[in-house]
Amino acid sequence: MRKIKKLEMRGISKSFQGNPANRDINLTVNSGEILGLLGENGAGKTTLMNILYGLYQPDSGQILINDEEVRLTSPLDSIHHGIGMVHQHFMLVQNHSVLENIALGYEKTPFFFPKIRIRDKVVEFARRFNFAMDPTMKIWQLSAGEQQRVEIIKALLNGADLLILDEPTSVLTPQEIEDLFHILKDMKAQGHMVIIITHKLDEIMDICDRVTVIQKGTVVGSADTATMDKRSLARMMIGREVLFNAEREQLPKGDTVLKVDGITVKGDKGTPVVKNMSFEVYENEIFGVAGVAGNGQRELGEAITGIRAIETGRVEVKGVDTTNMSPRRIYDAGLSHIPEERIRFGIAPGLFLYDNSILKQHHLKKFSKKLFLEYSQIRDHAKSLVESYRVSTHSIDVQTKNLSGGNIQKLILGREISEKPPLLVASHPTYGLDVGATEYLREELLTRRREGGAILLFSEDLEEVMKLCDRIAVMFEGEFVGVLDSGDPRLADIGLMMAGSLRL
Amino acid sequence: MIAGTPLLLGTVGEVICERSGILNLGVEGVMSVGAVVAFIVTYTTGNPWLGLLAAIAAGMLISMLHAFASVTLQANQVVSGLALTMIGLGLSGMLGKPYVGKPLAVKMNDVAIPYLSDIPVVGPIFFNQTPFFYMAILLAFAAWFFLERTSLGIKVRSTGENPRATETQGVNVTLVRYMSVMIGGGFSAMAGAHLSTSYSKSWIEGMTAGRGWIVIALTIFALWNPGRAIWGAFLFGGIFVLQYLLQPLGISPNFLAMLPYLATLVILLAVSLKDSKKLNAPAMLGEPYKRGER
Ligand SMILES: Nc1ncnc2c1ncn2[C@@H]1O[C@H](COP(=O)(O)OP(=O)(O)OP(=O)(O)O)[C@@H](O)[C@H]1O
Ligand SMILES: [Mg+2]
Repeated sequence: MRKIKKLEMRGISKSFQGNPANRDINLTVNSGEILGLLGENGAGKTTLMNILYGLYQPDSGQILINDEEVRLTSPLDSIHHGIGMVHQHFMLVQNHSVLENIALGYEKTPFFFPKIRIRDKVVEFARRFNFAMDPTMKIWQLSAGEQQRVEIIKALLNGADLLILDEPTSVLTPQEIEDLFHILKDMKAQGHMVIIITHKLDEIMDICDRVTVIQKGTVVGSADTATMDKRSLARMMIGREVLFNAEREQLPKGDTVLKVDGITVKGDKGTPVVKNMSFEVYENEIFGVAGVAGNGQRELGEAITGIRAIETGRVEVKGVDTTNMSPRRIYDAGLSHIPEERIRFGIAPGLFLYDNSILKQHHLKKFSKKLFLEYSQIRDHAKSLVESYRVSTHSIDVQTKNLSGGNIQKLILGREISEKPPLLVASHPTYGLDVGATEYLREELLTRRREGGAILLFSEDLEEVMKLCDRIAVMFEGEFVGVLDSGDPRLADIGLMMAGSLRL
Repeated sequence: MIAGTPLLLGTVGEVICERSGILNLGVEGVMSVGAVVAFIVTYTTGNPWLGLLAAIAAGMLISMLHAFASVTLQANQVVSGLALTMIGLGLSGMLGKPYVGKPLAVKMNDVAIPYLSDIPVVGPIFFNQTPFFYMAILLAFAAWFFLERTSLGIKVRSTGENPRATETQGVNVTLVRYMSVMIGGGFSAMAGAHLSTSYSKSWIEGMTAGRGWIVIALTIFALWNPGRAIWGAFLFGGIFVLQYLLQPLGISPNFLAMLPYLATLVILLAVSLKDSKKLNAPAMLGEPYKRGER
């Protein structure tokens, strides 16, 4: 028996420190229905879902389940009503193992020996999704993609009647997304309801029955997906056409910017996860590394940017040996970095937006005078970042953690790219960005390339890799199983290569 | 051995409390309250076990002050903990005034474990001891089991690591923290009861003599692990006794009193130099949690 047959939110409003995030929002979902929630970064989607999950209290408005008003004052209330949620910012205990994290929220966790006794169930469940993972690993040892899988398993295990998914697919591979959608469709057939937030219009078209679009906190439209296409969706969302075709012109190959020579890097478990790898990235080039998360991409990126020790081999940035130098010195050698887990590694959440706009750059001449920071310069810089990257915020005097997820991303991207680094290492740069911002960022990357920059791009989004990269390397178990020029017909088999069943 | 017992009891309680993210600096005060309540009840009823129970109840009750201030009001936990120490010390001094210097007719008798206590040397040290000693060891293991092998234990630890994530999993963070603080208080009071009804069989003001502070250091020394607290407690207990033994030899007692804290610093340094991930201090220790903030 499903407890929820119909859910309705009526006239929901919520503001933070006087700034409205939701204004008079109405929303309905029925049993056996998948509703897509679409809107630009900072539109208020997460806020609305957090209200439904009992994390925030609305300033006004009602929530009705089966036409009866309910008060959801804590997540516990919502869970009792059969609501489950996958959060945009992973709600995981970093120092605990996968099993402990799952045991925490799973209703049927036994009191004694919880970890051992739910282990088989978790492993079996993960296998249904083709999620391979060691459940005794600590969360901090996992890549963003793996953490996202844990988050999804956690939510699905309890079998909520209403499942809220806040950008569940941002760092999953296409195959994993397909598997997830399969499960969601099964749930739908059994009468569950699902609300899914995503910036990928294809996904909305693929899986949603209806879509509701939010703009600056208000609902601006609602439609059956059957009557829509991607273009009309985008127009509904940002009020203009989005060009889905950033053009990449041919450019002559420049000098070597990054030279990686036979490096071996150990993972958190102490075994080598990057094995004797060598490659070069040139000026005017975007070099893409594709592959299923957990095949050493994260460790490779961390080793190059100085966060992780290199066991053997050497790395050169513009002819300077940067092997095992500190991230600051590598930055000075000409490397900027957009980390995978930006919220954790890319910002200081409690500091103000303008402070975060110059992290790692505070020592540069233009931002400091002797021992002191030049706050007027910094504020101007922050303002220009906010403007050109369209970070939606009320002012630059807010704590950075209060920005919406996508806007934190934009801020970091702006900060790292605006310095015009000779070499940019970017992991999943567009995840979490709305279509407008994605388009803008891709253009920005291509501009960097045109200006002579070299870009090392890690991404699981094949469409993005194909579109942007001059050369694409496929990584599997710590090695490149193939490096292909864009336009190489063998790219058709990239899926096989990512799975490790084809090696060139 | 005996000197380590109250330290172990207090530490096990503090470990549970801190694992839930609440720093309780009120141990000294709660211990003192436990000591005086146990003494008074034992003195009037003649039953030290009743005294113990009353002490635990009192310890839990007075710890609620700290829980209320730090969980519900989200006050600064250092300030609130210090206040609890002051209140506890003051209260116990007041309650105990009429009982100062009176001897206890009955006390918690030592229990010899048959056969084992007959082993030479080791026997009398480990197996002919106050019941508090056995309880402390048992409870330390039980606390380890609770934290590591039960679902409620996972909830307590998760609360200390990441209360927001824990709450989204449907755990009542407030309740878990209240519970942990009160368990901690119960343990501290038990340590106090040991002092007044078994260790010294009398009540004088200030008889806790800074043990509450050693407990705080010991919690860190044990790296928040009740198992490691066992040998830590007896090591610190030894140092505590040494203060009195070495004094006639001209070694400054002030220096020895410093040793537990010094040892804690050394351990912290050693562990963080070797592998800082092993340090496992609860990530959100001392941080109030407020729902609806990011
Ligand atoms: N706890 C908070 N305190 C202050 N402001 C907040 C808080 N939560 C959200 N906001 C603000 O509310 C607005 C909406 O944020 P929300 O996270 O709901 O956006 P979103 O639609 O989920 O965007 P994204 O696609 O980037 O995730 C933003 O301007 C954000 O800064
Ligand atoms: Mg969001």
